[in-house]
Amino acid sequence: MSLTQPVSVPAAVTTKLSVEHVSMVFERDGKSTHVLNDINLEVGDGEFVCLLGPSGCGKSTLLNAMAGFLSPTTGEIKVSGEVVRKPDPRRIFVFQERGVFPWLTVEGNIGFGLSKLPRAEREQRIAHYVKMVGLEGFEKTYPQELSGGMKQRLEVARALAVNPDMLLLDEPFGALDSITRLIMRGELLRIWEAERKTIVFVTHDIDEAVQLADRVVVMSARPAIIQQIVNIDIAHPRDISSPRYLELRDGIFQQIGLAHKV
Amino acid sequence: MADEHAARTNIRVQLRPIAFIAVLLVLWSIGIRREPSHLLPGPWGVVGGIADLVRHGLLLKYVVASLFRVTWGFVLAVVLAIPLGLAVGWYRRAEMALNPILQILRPISPLAWIPIAILWFGVGDLAAIFLIFVGCFFPLMLTAINAVQSIPAVYVNAGRNFGLSSAALVYRVLYPAVVPNLIVGLRITLGIAWLVVVAAEMIAVSSGLGFLIIDARNAGNRYDLVLAGMLIIGVIGLLLDMGMRSLEKVKSFRWGYSED
Repeated sequence: MSLTQPVSVPAAVTTKLSVEHVSMVFERDGKSTHVLNDINLEVGDGEFVCLLGPSGCGKSTLLNAMAGFLSPTTGEIKVSGEVVRKPDPRRIFVFQERGVFPWLTVEGNIGFGLSKLPRAEREQRIAHYVKMVGLEGFEKTYPQELSGGMKQRLEVARALAVNPDMLLLDEPFGALDSITRLIMRGELLRIWEAERKTIVFVTHDIDEAVQLADRVVVMSARPAIIQQIVNIDIAHPRDISSPRYLELRDGIFQQIGLAHKV
Repeated sequence: MADEHAARTNIRVQLRPIAFIAVLLVLWSIGIRREPSHLLPGPWGVVGGIADLVRHGLLLKYVVASLFRVTWGFVLAVVLAIPLGLAVGWYRRAEMALNPILQILRPISPLAWIPIAILWFGVGDLAAIFLIFVGCFFPLMLTAINAVQSIPAVYVNAGRNFGLSSAALVYRVLYPAVVPNLIVGLRITLGIAWLVVVAAEMIAVSSGLGFLIIDARNAGNRYDLVLAGMLIIGVIGLLLDMGMRSLEKVKSFRWGYSED
């Protein structure tokens, strides 16, 4: 059985995000760096996709382009048929670390994107998301007094509070210890199952990708191309010692060219 | 029990600097008594000097005169240098154009401006205020430029992501992000203002604590008044710094000072 799936999403699902022939070249100090090379990808509505690749391969660059922080050198990115030209609250980017505003409390951060709502509704939404990410009792706390995991949960809550269609997560758990990271993956899946946002999640951790995603997009080293897209056909909650899980994971290890032995 | 112990240790720690000052005062008196030359008046002489100033109604008058000049010079510099510095820091091209001239003007001591200050404003308050303004302007402007440039891109991107307009981005992200760095700059600069006012008053005016010191020496070698003036300058400088420091304790500003 082949692990490789077509680039497009299954016909029954509407396409949320499409990346069409996107290349990216950075010019700096007279040197040009070719980061992305003709990337084509479709992500379905409500789908959880992981972009997986070695550090520095350009997967974060692709995510930044999806968010509208960077413009592709050639090609187009479309969300719901509209070309992405600038950042938009309908797709919120979650940063690797220090993404929350340190001068605002937990409440202030979650309410950051809600300033246009009436007060009562804003407070109700803040309370809802404080509860969802388990920060009750920390409403008046400043981020510097929170642990790393709590800060990341706060950033996810701030993103969800504006009710975006899509979350773009850039190695959001990369700076956490391995135990917290595992817990956070479970939390993210719980939230995703409750809210059904489209999620694009960048990681360099193969296990993380196979545990979370519907599809794993494996990218090569720079200039990045999509090497392979792996369909993770295991229902949640996933048994991470099941034969199918190990088969999929080892397939990706091989694809990336890593011997699965230390 | 443990609390009581901690409280007692705390008091002892707080008493330490007071005890040290007391020891210095005793050594000073002993030194003056063994060597009663014209080197320095003793601590009681200085207390007498301060009492003299109070009796003649000069202490409050001179303190107010000095604070008045510092306030005007400092506030003018803050009002002009900070917005200008923030704007210049935000627009890279403006920074590149202005940086060389700033780097040339910055190391010039504010005291080097004294002749120009007198030429432009004559002898009087305006000249002193101008000198303080010049002394504060360049460090404040450089602080503001650096503060903008050291805002992590993450905050700006997050602000734009939530759909903020340019104006909202300035007051909801840029401004709060620079405040901790600005407070450090303000604190250092207020210290500079207090240094400059004393020098300016020795030359450009006939009131204030700087004038007191130079006048006490010129009019009869009253070194008790010289030391009294120095002591008052030190104490007021300390109080000004404590006032600025209390800003650093505000919770929404304090994040900039954590090691994180």
